[in-house]
Amino acid sequence: MWSELRIVSLGQAFMSLHRLSVTEAVARLARREISARAILESCLARVDRVDGRVQAFLSLDREDALHQAEAADRALAAGVRHQDRPLLGVPIALKDVLAVKGQPLTCASRILEGYRSPYDATVVERLRIAGAVLFGRLNLDEFAMGSSTENSAWQVTRNPWDLGCSPGGSSGGSAAAVAADECLAALGSDTGGSVRQPAAFCGVVGLKPTYGRVSRYGLVAYASSLDQVGTVTKTVDDAAQLLQVIAGHDPRDCTSLPEPVPDYRAGLDAGLRGVRLGLPREYFAVAGLDPQVRRAVEAAVGKLEDLGAELEEVSLPHTEYAIAAYYIIATAEASANLARFDGIRYGQREEGRDPMELYCRTRGAGLGMEVKRRIILGTYVLSSGYYDAYYLRAQKVRTLIRQDFSRVFERVDALVTPTAPRPAFRLGENRDDPLQMYLADIYTLSCNLAGLCGLSVPCGWTEAELRLPVGLQLLGRPFGEGTLLRVARAYERASGWGSARPRLDAE
Amino acid sequence: MHEVAKLARIALSPGEEEELSRQLGQILDYVTKLNALDVSGVEPMAHAAPRLNVMRPDRPEPGLSQEAALGNAPAHGNGLILVPRIVE
Repeated sequence: MWSELRIVSLGQAFMSLHRLSVTEAVARLARREISARAILESCLARVDRVDGRVQAFLSLDREDALHQAEAADRALAAGVRHQDRPLLGVPIALKDVLAVKGQPLTCASRILEGYRSPYDATVVERLRIAGAVLFGRLNLDEFAMGSSTENSAWQVTRNPWDLGCSPGGSSGGSAAAVAADECLAALGSDTGGSVRQPAAFCGVVGLKPTYGRVSRYGLVAYASSLDQVGTVTKTVDDAAQLLQVIAGHDPRDCTSLPEPVPDYRAGLDAGLRGVRLGLPREYFAVAGLDPQVRRAVEAAVGKLEDLGAELEEVSLPHTEYAIAAYYIIATAEASANLARFDGIRYGQREEGRDPMELYCRTRGAGLGMEVKRRIILGTYVLSSGYYDAYYLRAQKVRTLIRQDFSRVFERVDALVTPTAPRPAFRLGENRDDPLQMYLADIYTLSCNLAGLCGLSVPCGWTEAELRLPVGLQLLGRPFGEGTLLRVARAYERASGWGSARPRLDAE
Repeated sequence: MHEVAKLARIALSPGEEEELSRQLGQILDYVTKLNALDVSGVEPMAHAAPRLNVMRPDRPEPGLSQEAALGNAPAHGNGLILVPRIVE
């Protein structure tokens, strides 16, 4: 009788391991209560149960993942400690724009169908050294271009809170997989909000580090002056933990900065007394700001004040120009970066009589509509006769936007804003109107243009019958990740929102 | 549209060409709002954190093997990537 009960309780413990946060998993692995293999198997079983509906994973190499988990268990048995390998045994999934040696790397594009990476990205190498078990390739908008994950050549990922809604994008697969407990944490990439906006839509924590904080080596380039690898996690503590592992200078990325990496977890619980937070007037005056999002964000602002933060209104006068500047600069850079997908050295090829015909046919057949739209727009704004009017002017506006932020960061330590003007939209809602889709990125783009760091933390739900998560965005000075994590952690503890999970099992 | 698509090396179907013309027209209309700003005397910003002349020691380092470099090529032979004839 006793042994039967014990088996049941062990079975339950096993079944729920996928629900653990990274820090919880590390604590239990360190105490040898559970094995890395058991956590991974729990995640894989979870993927089997729910991913048919969520569709976050593009591919999954179970055998390779099990080998990594077994190697982690052997290391733990041999006495290796988390002090030295902080993620030993923790299953982490990756957006399909990060190179993992021997694994597929499609960027959710037909043009890279069948491609396998010949090397590891630097962040992948760092996660491996830290002992993480890397499994799965997560869906995205093709080449990270989009805000809904609907621009994937392979599948549409769904929001675990409401399967009729978008998980956001472009790191929609990363956010959906973490929210659905299919992995303990994930990496994504953020060029204009692609980690923060899906994190907000899916009720998880998304961190975009400062440009240069994390190496981009092995991250497929979209817009090189804006791209940054980011983390998607269940808790703020986990974000700090992952950032600690992936941050730092990399000689293989000449845009990574040699700034020292602080101990991000050390100051996490320092509280908010004396912290000065700014509320950008223009962000709260955006016409499309949903009243339910406004209510949730204003309640969060009240909570931050209760916790001891000093709040003041600030002004970012060039806010309304950010979207236009971003879509010129990002597409211009994309048109140059994506020239490499020409059917010659790798990827799919459509034959032609001469190289020109081969390029055009390969790219015509291999790239999706949003990618074509952005490459063509980027080509146009860079073409002779239009360069000064569009590209050069946008770069000057970028300077003005950065100056806005430099000025307010003389007065405040971080800014508090909504992450997106609306909660997750219905799938298909903006399909034929790309401009409407671009306009929804208003709160997240400036951070990339100005080279700041940003974080989205859950701050409640909409009150409609279908409850959708709302995200609170924090923007910080360059290399101000420690401040953002500290503010987000204080808010997370006081609000308790982060512990809620979608009810996928009940459906 | 035809000319820009050619510059971008993308073959478009007539339907795509029409759709993109319409959408790009809307987007270009939208971005003209930048003209409302006076940017005279403002330096253009190409990069968030410019680092000039990043050097590394000029030392040979291991790179991709020929096999790995050709592993993803759509067509190769004799250790070379094959392409359509360029010179007659």
